[in-house]
Order: sequence, then structure tokens, then C-alpha cells
Amino acid sequence: MSDPILSLKGVRTNIAQYHILQGVDLDVPRGAVTMLLGRNGVGKTTTLRTIIGHWRAHEGQVLFDGQDIARLPTPAIARLGIGFVPEDMGIFSDLSVEENMTLAAVSGPIDSTRLEWLFSVFPALGTFWKKDAGTLSGGQKQMLSIARAMIEERRLYLIDEPTKGLAPAIISTMARALRELKEQGASILLVEQNFSVARALGDSANVMDDGRMVWSGEMKQLATDAELQERLMGLSMENH
Amino acid sequence: MSAAPEHNPTMARMSLAERLEPHAPVLLIIALMILGLIAIPSTSSWLTLTVSGLAMGMMIFIMASGLTLVFGLMDVINFGHGAFVSVGAFVGISFLLMLEHMTGAPSLWLNLTAMMVAIVGAMAATGLMGWAFEKVIVKPVYGHHLKQILVTMGGLIVVEQLIIVLWGPEEIFINRPEALKGAITFAGAALEKYRLVAVGIGLVVFLAMRWVLRRTKIGLIVRAGVENGEMVEALGYRLRLVFVGVFIAGSALAGLGGVLWGLYQEVITAHMGNQTMILIFIVVIIGGLGSVEGCFIGALMVGLMQNYVAFLEPKLALISNIGLMVAILMWRPMGMIPVVKAK
Repeated sequence: MSDPILSLKGVRTNIAQYHILQGVDLDVPRGAVTMLLGRNGVGKTTTLRTIIGHWRAHEGQVLFDGQDIARLPTPAIARLGIGFVPEDMGIFSDLSVEENMTLAAVSGPIDSTRLEWLFSVFPALGTFWKKDAGTLSGGQKQMLSIARAMIEERRLYLIDEPTKGLAPAIISTMARALRELKEQGASILLVEQNFSVARALGDSANVMDDGRMVWSGEMKQLATDAELQERLMGLSMENH
Repeated sequence: MSAAPEHNPTMARMSLAERLEPHAPVLLIIALMILGLIAIPSTSSWLTLTVSGLAMGMMIFIMASGLTLVFGLMDVINFGHGAFVSVGAFVGISFLLMLEHMTGAPSLWLNLTAMMVAIVGAMAATGLMGWAFEKVIVKPVYGHHLKQILVTMGGLIVVEQLIIVLWGPEEIFINRPEALKGAITFAGAALEKYRLVAVGIGLVVFLAMRWVLRRTKIGLIVRAGVENGEMVEALGYRLRLVFVGVFIAGSALAGLGGVLWGLYQEVITAHMGNQTMILIFIVVIIGGLGSVEGCFIGALMVGLMQNYVAFLEPKLALISNIGLMVAILMWRPMGMIPVVKAK
């Protein structure tokens, strides 16, 4: 296997007096979907926020293509080619859908071919192109949030729970979008609680517990081993 | 996993009330004018007061617009903003005094040129001062509201004392440029020429700011940054640099406001900026923190209210704007056009 595009080595992150990440080790291979799984509150979101620089790692290294980015400011990290979709979607409600997308095209005007592709994946964005993003439904906001990260080709996508609270039909649209992104050879680190989505998209899986990585391996292995799932996450994927 | 059904959203037709709701703040200005027309017995007096109120509102808007963006973008409460108003007034008026041969000449062209020199000089001085103020006073206290209030108020006091050292403790009385003295008569109402010019300058500043915020990428970054700065940075934009730019622009606008306010009052003092801060804060709060449009509408309402009430019941003029702020906040607790989310 080639060098991973992203490696976390012994990353510790504190938020106020709380030690959230307590020595996280993680490899994200190139051109694959890496799932980050675990119960609520184990540090998955903090891991993504530490990578993008919203929280500072107090110890350890965050190596992106061999370069330690742990001390870089967030804009510099993003400019290296990392797209981020936060758990709360982070859309700008006061801006129109078009303005949200224009802003996300950091390197210049929007590439029309890529935009056409995004419209084919998320038709609602075309319909509401001139509307304020704040007027969109929850599902449409999530589509915008993901489309915004995809409007330019990034070297790595960090996506935090893209299907959270969405209706099954919208979840299916999200999964299709992520699958198409995967087929283009993108590297994705995906936090996901919906196990059918995780199983369908994930190449490898990493399970966190209590601020540490407790298991890493093939997604297929985790998906087929009910006892392992029960031990790592306290539940079985078969029931989800 | 089954394929997603075709996503084909449709839009419902909005009722009249729903369509009017977003325009309610603008309609409030019209409603206030109509109330004034009903309450003031003479139409010509109403017209004079309305122009005066709009001129006052425009000047307050120019002074307040930078403050609302600075708060919205970086959550910085700058109680020292009034310092830029005072310094702008003193620098601008100093230029006008130096160019007395131009301001005293009966030529509109020469008068406006002198005013332009004064405005550019004041804006350059306060812009530069804004850059230093941000670097020395504001930057060390990011994220600490109490420290921001204390330190920026301290900065204001220091600047006021420096003005006294440089220009002396006395008030300076000003003669407006010759062509801007007096009034024109329209529909039986006397409209002061200077106030009409102030309305014009205010409109130009508002439209220019609106254009920049709506039509340019830097404007998009500012608007998005006011709402969610963390996400703007995650897209790759260095919000800190944008903030410094906005702080400088806001300080320069306060300087412009200072020149206009000084000429409006025909007297300047070291404390004039401090005194205008009450009106500026009222405007920023009722407009909605971070909103330039809200600030514009709020400023016009404050200007109109102050002038109408001062005519009808002078004793109530001082508290009328506080009453207006209370009423607006009871209607919309986050201000008329809220942009900043609770942080």
C-alpha cells in the first residue's frame, strides 16, 4: 500500500480542562474511504476538528502528505487541499446557494463542468440556486454543505456525519454522491453513525473509544463480525 | 441500498404578509415618516425635519457601519470607536482651516474640492490610526469581552487627551464652506444645503458598501465571516487579514463621519466621538449586530425619531431613541436584521 495521505501519530487534544483526544493514531490511505466510527462523545468530531486546525493538538503529529500540519492555521491547512464538512453543516444562511458555492471555489470561478455534475447529484441545488441557504430544508442544507466541499477537487475530504437526522431518501442521495466522489479516486475520512452507509462506502474502518483508536482494519471485517461490533461499539450492525 | 426517488422540490406561493415580512424594517421608516406627517401640523416643517433627520441618520450610519462589521466579524466590542470620530473631525477640520481661501470662496467647485481634501485626509489619518489601534489595543484581547471594553475605553481616553495636547482643550467653532451655507426652499420648506449634501454622501457610502458586500468576493467573505468565521477559515480564507482590513475601513468611515458631524454641529471637541457613541450603539443594536443594512435602517429611524420628537416635545428627545431601542428589541430581540448568531 502507498503512503497514507494523512497520518495522526499520538495526537492529544484538550478542550478547556477536558482531555478529549488521548493519543490518537490514524492512517488515511489515498483514494479510499476511511470510516471513523465509535459511540457518541468518544472524540470523532474532535479528531476532524483537530486535523482542520479548529482545535490545536497539544501533543503528537498530524502528517498530511508527510508535512506536519498540527501547528498550521486553519486557512493554511485548507489551502493544502483539505475539504471539510462539519457536523453542523456550517452553511452560510444569509448567503444564497450560489454565493455559498462561489465562496467555496477558493481558487477562482466555479468550474461549470463540475457544477453540472453536482447539479446532477443534487438537483435541489439548481432549483434553489438564487435562494438564501437559510431557507433550505435540513436535507438540502446538508447537500449544499457537501457540494460546497466538492465544488473543487480536494486532496482529502473530512466529512462529519453527513446523514445525521436525514430522511432515508436523502441519505440515499448522500450515499450516491459520496460513492461518485469515491469512484473519482478521492481520499475521504468519513465519520458516520449510519452503519448501512458505512458498510456500503467504507474501505477501511477505525473505531474510537474514550479518545483513543481501539481498532483499525478492513471495513468488510468489521461489517461481518457481530461479536467485534458488539465489543467495540456496544451494538451490532445487523440491527441498523 | 435502493436508489433515491427523484428529488423534485416545489415552492408554495407565499402570502402577502409573508412577502412583506422581510421588508418590515424598511416599512418601519415609512411608517415613522407617516406618523411624523400626522403629528406635525405643518407639512413644510415636516419636510424640513425629515431631511434633517435623514441627514443625521446618514451621518450616524457612516460612523456606526464600521463598528457593526467589526463586532460581527470578530466578536470585538470596540468602545474606542468614538476616538476615530473625534480624530477624523479634528484632522478634517484642520485641513479645512488650512484651505480657508478655498472654503471661503463663493465657488461650489472650490468648496467641494476643499471638502474632498479634508475628507480624504481625515479618512487616511483615521484608517492609519485604526490599523495601529487594532494591532496594539484590540489584538491582545481577542475573545475577552470585559478586557475589550476596558482596554478600548482606555484607548479612547488616551486619544482624547492626545487631541487636547495637539489641538488644545477649547472647542473649535467652524464655518461651513460658503456654498454649503444657507438653505434652499422646496415646497415651502427650508432645506439646509449642507444636510442635503450629507444625505447624498451617506447614500453614496451605503450603496458603495452594499455593492462591495453583495457583488465582490471580499464582500462575500465578510458576510460569511460575520455569520460563521470558523467555516470561512475552513474554506481557506485568512479571516484575520480580512478583519484588519474591515477595522481599517471602519475606522476611516468613522473619520469621515467625524468630519461630517463636525460640520453639521459647527463645533468640534475632543469628546465629540465619545458623545456620539450612545447613538452609535443604539443604531448598531437595533439594526442587528453585524448587519450593514440593519445599521442603515436603524440610523435613519434614530435620526428621524430624534428630529420629530425634538420638535414635538423637546424634553422627550433624549429618551426617545432609548424608547425606540426598547420597542425594537421587544419586537426583534436580536435587532431588526440579525446576522450574528449567539456566540
